[in-house]
Amino acid sequence: MTEKRTVALTVNGKRYEKEVEVRVTLADFIRHYLGLTGTHLGCEHGVCGACTILLDGQSARSCLMLAVQADGHEIMTVEGIAPSDTELHPLQEAFRDNHGLQCGFCTPGMLTTLIEFLRDNPDPTEQEVRIAISGNLCRCTGYQGIVNAALDAAKRLQTARA
Amino acid sequence: MKPPPFSYYDPRTVADAIGLLARLDNAKVLAGGQSLMPMLNMRYVLPDHVIDLNRVEGLSYVREAGGAIEIGGMTRQRELEFSDLIRNRLPLMQEAILQVGHRQTRNRGTIGGSLCHLDPAAELVTVGAGYDATVVVTGPAGQRQIAFADFPVAYMTPAIEPNEILTAIRFIPWAPGHGYAFVEFARRHGDFAITSAAALLEADGAGRITRASVTIGGAAVLPVRARETETALVGQVPTPELVRQACESCRAIEAIEDIHAPASYRQHLAAVLSRRAVDKAITRLGKPVPARLH
Repeated sequence: MTEKRTVALTVNGKRYEKEVEVRVTLADFIRHYLGLTGTHLGCEHGVCGACTILLDGQSARSCLMLAVQADGHEIMTVEGIAPSDTELHPLQEAFRDNHGLQCGFCTPGMLTTLIEFLRDNPDPTEQEVRIAISGNLCRCTGYQGIVNAALDAAKRLQTARA
Repeated sequence: MKPPPFSYYDPRTVADAIGLLARLDNAKVLAGGQSLMPMLNMRYVLPDHVIDLNRVEGLSYVREAGGAIEIGGMTRQRELEFSDLIRNRLPLMQEAILQVGHRQTRNRGTIGGSLCHLDPAAELVTVGAGYDATVVVTGPAGQRQIAFADFPVAYMTPAIEPNEILTAIRFIPWAPGHGYAFVEFARRHGDFAITSAAALLEADGAGRITRASVTIGGAAVLPVRARETETALVGQVPTPELVRQACESCRAIEAIEDIHAPASYRQHLAAVLSRRAVDKAITRLGKPVPARLH
């Protein structure tokens, strides 16, 4: 039983149309069918947050969605955050400057989660940042560098807007 | 960690979804997917058919009707988190929602999915019991209503027939100025509660409690209304000592034991958290709901 469907969706502004088995998760679709391996899979049951993507601008765990459910929707992955191949987004700059990553495995999920969070909450407190990333596990940094990076990014984004 | 093979259906109407449920054997209904998808990935469930409700029209809404707040079964937890109507009329629910999972899961997770999954530690299940909500299910014979007290029939088993879908849930708001509080104990923010407590209180002008609802979640296989505590509070002008004594009966709860905590620990938490919830609800009596519960 290998039921298939055609899925048409936009990822990072680019339109894709692919035939996919209906049981394939959105995470596997993004990685294996579209070749966008920036989205990472840690636990595959919705605990680690590494596979977080933005679905129509809202963060979601791509391991907890089927690819067919994304038909007609707009997705942003970590590859879509930087404005160009040679520039980083202010959030990414802040991660680099504040030791917001070491091995980098959790980083795609941290970045996508914080893109949504800083959009909705441009001037957060440290406590709010900690709650925002509570669904993203990091085993390297002890979180402090990530929290610092998020607070720094909020300042940079405010300056950029001013 | 990949879902097993199944046939997939994405009906556009409730009638079509029910028709599929009636026709197909070993079918599972997919709502927000924040519980079913992990179970599929781990192959705890092996359905032959998955019926996805995400494209069904008209199941996502929050509205006031006839003195009740009605919420569509497919309403995302995120919408409840940011709804002014929910904050003003059902503040206990909004306080609880903020402790449901994480932003990423609330963006997808639905109220109907949470209630049908019926994890005893789920915040929304405890909230439903605390408000004496009414569950509206739709099946081949039309709609029927289930009082929340009759909704959980056993561990993770709601009183829904295999050919029915939860289409709405109704809450009767408590009087303006009522007290409310949802507190829980979990190892990490966003984890399922090891034990939680929800309190609703109404009081007269003299500060005497006229109505009380106290619910313990996560401690037993089903949410438990602490009737003895409620009875001990009603008619009293509460003092810290009175509340402590009233909540002591929660210690007798028939608690579950698992890797997170032994039964005796949950019984202890039931007494402590119910007291904290009632104390917090008392401080909110007679006050308007703040602009942010966060």
